Amino acid sequence: MTTELDAVERARVEALAKVATAATFEELATVETEVLGKRSMIVELRKALGGLDAEGRRSVGQAVNTAMTEVGDAVAARRVAIESVDRAARLETERLDLSEFSPRRRRGHLHPFTAAWERLEDVFVGMGFQVAEGPEIETEWFNFGALNFPAGHPARESQDSLWVDWGDPGATLLRTHTSPVQVRTMLAHEPPIYVVCPGRVYRQDTPDATHMPVFHQIEGLVIDKGISLGDLAGTLDSFVKAFFGGAFSSRLRPSYFPFTEPSAEFDVRRPDGSWLELGGCGMVHPNVLRAGGIDPEQWSGFAFGFGIDRFALTRHGVDDLREFWSGDVRFLSQF
Amino acid sequence: MKVLLSWLREFAPIEGDPHWLADQLSALGLAVEGVELLGANLEGIVVARVLATRPHPKADRIQLVDVDPGDGEPLQVCCGAFNMAPGDLVPFATLGTTMPNGMLIERRKLRGEWSNGMLCAAREVGLADLVDGILILPADFEVGADFRTAMGIETDVLFDLDVTGNRPDALSIAGVARDLAAWLGVPFAMPDPVVESDASWPAAGEATVDIVHGDLCGRFVARVLRDITVGPSPRWLANRLTALGMRPINNVVDVSNYVMLELGQPSHTFDLGRVAGRRIRVRWARDGETVATLDGQQRSLTGRDGAICDGEDAVIGIAGVMGGASTEISDTTTEILLEMAWWDPMSIARTARRLGLRSEAATRFERGSDPEVIGVAMRRFVQLLRESTPVRMAAGDIVGEGNLPTPAMVTVRTDRVNAMLGVDLERDAIAVLLAPIGFTSRAVGEDLEVQVPSFRMVDTSTEIDVIEEVGRHFGFERIPKRVPRPTAQAGALSEVQQDRRRLRHALVGFGLTEVMPLPFLAPGDLARAGLDADAVRVTNPLVEAESVMRTSLLPGVLKTLAFNASHRNPDLSCFEIGHVFLPTDRSASLPDEREQLGVALSGAEAPAATEVWQVVADVLGLGEWVLQADAPAGMHPTRSARIVLGGRVVGAVGEVDPRVASGYSVERRVAWLQVDLTALLALPHGIRAYRRVSRYPSSDVDLAFVVAENVPAAAVSSALRTAGGDLLVDLHLFDVYRGDRVEPGSRSLAYRLRFQAADRTLTDAEVSAVRLGCIGAVIGGLGAVLRG
Repeated sequence: MTTELDAVERARVEALAKVATAATFEELATVETEVLGKRSMIVELRKALGGLDAEGRRSVGQAVNTAMTEVGDAVAARRVAIESVDRAARLETERLDLSEFSPRRRRGHLHPFTAAWERLEDVFVGMGFQVAEGPEIETEWFNFGALNFPAGHPARESQDSLWVDWGDPGATLLRTHTSPVQVRTMLAHEPPIYVVCPGRVYRQDTPDATHMPVFHQIEGLVIDKGISLGDLAGTLDSFVKAFFGGAFSSRLRPSYFPFTEPSAEFDVRRPDGSWLELGGCGMVHPNVLRAGGIDPEQWSGFAFGFGIDRFALTRHGVDDLREFWSGDVRFLSQF
Repeated sequence: MKVLLSWLREFAPIEGDPHWLADQLSALGLAVEGVELLGANLEGIVVARVLATRPHPKADRIQLVDVDPGDGEPLQVCCGAFNMAPGDLVPFATLGTTMPNGMLIERRKLRGEWSNGMLCAAREVGLADLVDGILILPADFEVGADFRTAMGIETDVLFDLDVTGNRPDALSIAGVARDLAAWLGVPFAMPDPVVESDASWPAAGEATVDIVHGDLCGRFVARVLRDITVGPSPRWLANRLTALGMRPINNVVDVSNYVMLELGQPSHTFDLGRVAGRRIRVRWARDGETVATLDGQQRSLTGRDGAICDGEDAVIGIAGVMGGASTEISDTTTEILLEMAWWDPMSIARTARRLGLRSEAATRFERGSDPEVIGVAMRRFVQLLRESTPVRMAAGDIVGEGNLPTPAMVTVRTDRVNAMLGVDLERDAIAVLLAPIGFTSRAVGEDLEVQVPSFRMVDTSTEIDVIEEVGRHFGFERIPKRVPRPTAQAGALSEVQQDRRRLRHALVGFGLTEVMPLPFLAPGDLARAGLDADAVRVTNPLVEAESVMRTSLLPGVLKTLAFNASHRNPDLSCFEIGHVFLPTDRSASLPDEREQLGVALSGAEAPAATEVWQVVADVLGLGEWVLQADAPAGMHPTRSARIVLGGRVVGAVGEVDPRVASGYSVERRVAWLQVDLTALLALPHGIRAYRRVSRYPSSDVDLAFVVAENVPAAAVSSALRTAGGDLLVDLHLFDVYRGDRVEPGSRSLAYRLRFQAADRTLTDAEVSAVRLGCIGAVIGGLGAVLRG
């Protein structure tokens, strides 16, 4: 019996030694057959158990089982070890220096004016407004006549406007503000009306750091029952807080525009106490309501307007408006 | 309009910190653009006596002056002026003085000679420059005295106001004072000076005034004056004019300006002796009449200009705009006809604009002057003139009356005031707000009958005009803020606006940069782009190169590419979304204005543009579209196609015609896509109908056909789709081969087709049958050959 136990022990030690030397999956497979296969020493020893007495079968059988489990575990462990080495070697061949690569496709860039335009639209949409649009070339009536500009008003006859060769002289021009869209909206829709009109407008301004003959503005128009100057002040204050932040506030100062009365300038108060002049506003003039087919005794409304481009200018610290129109990719790709 | 606080105080007891007062003016709509503290920086300047003047040994343009600053110790000063003599008193800035302009006076050497201070010119101490050189002070001043005390200069505040077009009253000191006094709740008083006239000398016999055209001139008042000595104005008067930005000229001109600034009423003086027939006729000019004006110009008039004529009907002045040279006051003038009038605002505006003479006077007339202030202004004129020259005045006005409008009487409803302003005012509270600014009210039931004052009659005639005045004097800042909310709509972008945004953001994500070239083109730009030169033109462009409105985005984008190429950025992928203006039908009220998308890929070939088009089509969820080989104007004749959607051409894709690109100095190929968004977005799109994802296996089949070059790949795809029917769930052209292994004049198109049924696993027989069907359709229908 001692002989058999010695044989099991020898087989076990030998098997473990062989497993430990297997370097590849192939070698391990060969070793596994050799140490645990049908012809292996241990299996032979198990086959021989029948020739032993009960006590011998029990003790040697136990030793054989223990040895087989141990060798089996060793083979499995060895497999994991080989796998790991193998994977490490394979991964090493795949190594990349990611800093060697530059992207083949870069993202494009939204024009900063568009970004400002969309931010403004979003705030007003959030306040319940819809967005109205209209043509950039307009009739004199939509641009001035319907907006209560008196016949001899300087803006109407002067060179501030760019006129085009369409119809009679003085009949058609590049709109000087987006207010014609307000009139078109009034003519197309019954009140209540809550719209903003962003758009491109034109003036006969020589380009410089702060002026361009083409620029963008956004106007708002509200027509409803019982709308007052207080509603205008509240709406603008609410816009200012939503757009600039809760620490900002606003004020109205009396002013003059032909299309509103009372008219006001509205200023934004920064948290440091300084003021930014933002735009013009007022109660829609009864003559403008009438031009829009709305009875001023039934309905009242307010309008406001301000430039869009300036937000892009100040947001990014650009000191010259002309940059935005240059098409220079070195400029545009910064945004 | 500039106003001095001291001058305002002659009308009302206005008190307060200058910056607080500026805020009050702004709250009234008189926007303050600047606040200047005058006379505040004159410490250190004393009255000094010139003891001696000597040439500078090394300089011609400066001399050495010894002065006594009051302590008897002579000080040497270098001075660039030569108008003083020993014994003269002069303002002297002692060492350490900071001048009003910020300059610090220090002891320094000028070309080797010490200068121990500075002698001052008038403008250097904030006063009117009446003579060149150093200000010579009155001989009775005490040497060593503080300059400000000696001169009686008080500190003052200058407000620079931006007066809006609806406030003619605020173009005068009196008007600003009236408004501000009402706001501050202090009394305002309009002085009415009493001046002696010569009772024995009636004005009526001296001259006559005829208003021929009453629609031009509402009122014309004249006074006859004698014994005037033209000379300098009193210093205080000259100083005030200077502070308000007017240059003192002589006593007559200065008084005219002073009265205009103070009361808003311009005036004109004629040399009566030179007025033919001593007779004034006011009428519309006749086309082509001419007059030599005060500025030495010969002016030609039209029938829409107002003329002041003499007894021989010759024009001697342009009404309200500029006087004539022939009756100008001169040294030999002994008799003056002083005129103050009320002119039709529109005619003055027209003439001033036509002649480019936007004077202070014309501005006041065109906004609407106050016809009722003329009497006070006349007396004020004579009162002020008598400060510098004894002047005799004939008794009585010579008055011509035309069609003077009457100030409106307006019904102002209390409810309406409250509804428009969002306040809750009692009827009488409204009257109280209006009274101090000259609007008198009478209660009629719950409402008011409001009499508009003469100084607001041109701009104020309706209820809403008066409500604005109530609002101003209630205070915009006191109006409670409310936020109205629409109850019948959700805030949202329209479908088109959402599509436009999706498109922009998708293109940016795809690597394209948004550009905004100016929408103006130069004459020739369209032709150079191969486009029809007919376009909408700007009739008064800033420059000729910006006189054509674009009919396509192509020229502007090509200029952008050329600009970037010239700055070493030749490969630019960009897009623009903007309006183009088509002169399609000149009888229409407006041009055909459309929104276009233009995409340019510089250095890329046509397929790159079709790739962008597919992104566009996918983003917008377009239905079936086809590319029809054809080159629209400006595009590459053999590498372009029109995009057809729902039977409509909505754009074109391909490359820019190399000749066009080269004409814009773009030497690379330019892949180009243009889409008429106005047309496209009006067609049904974006409907993404759900199609159940099959849970059964699919089969892929690759087919390659040799197809003649004149058969478009689109036709092959279309044939495959038709033959594949519902079982063909995906079709992809994955290879195009031209070369030795295919017949000349044809190319190989390799497609991958994926077949799948929604309700079962396709059998081999089914796949085989549909595959054969597809092959048959392409071979039979299009004359193609299946490639082995």
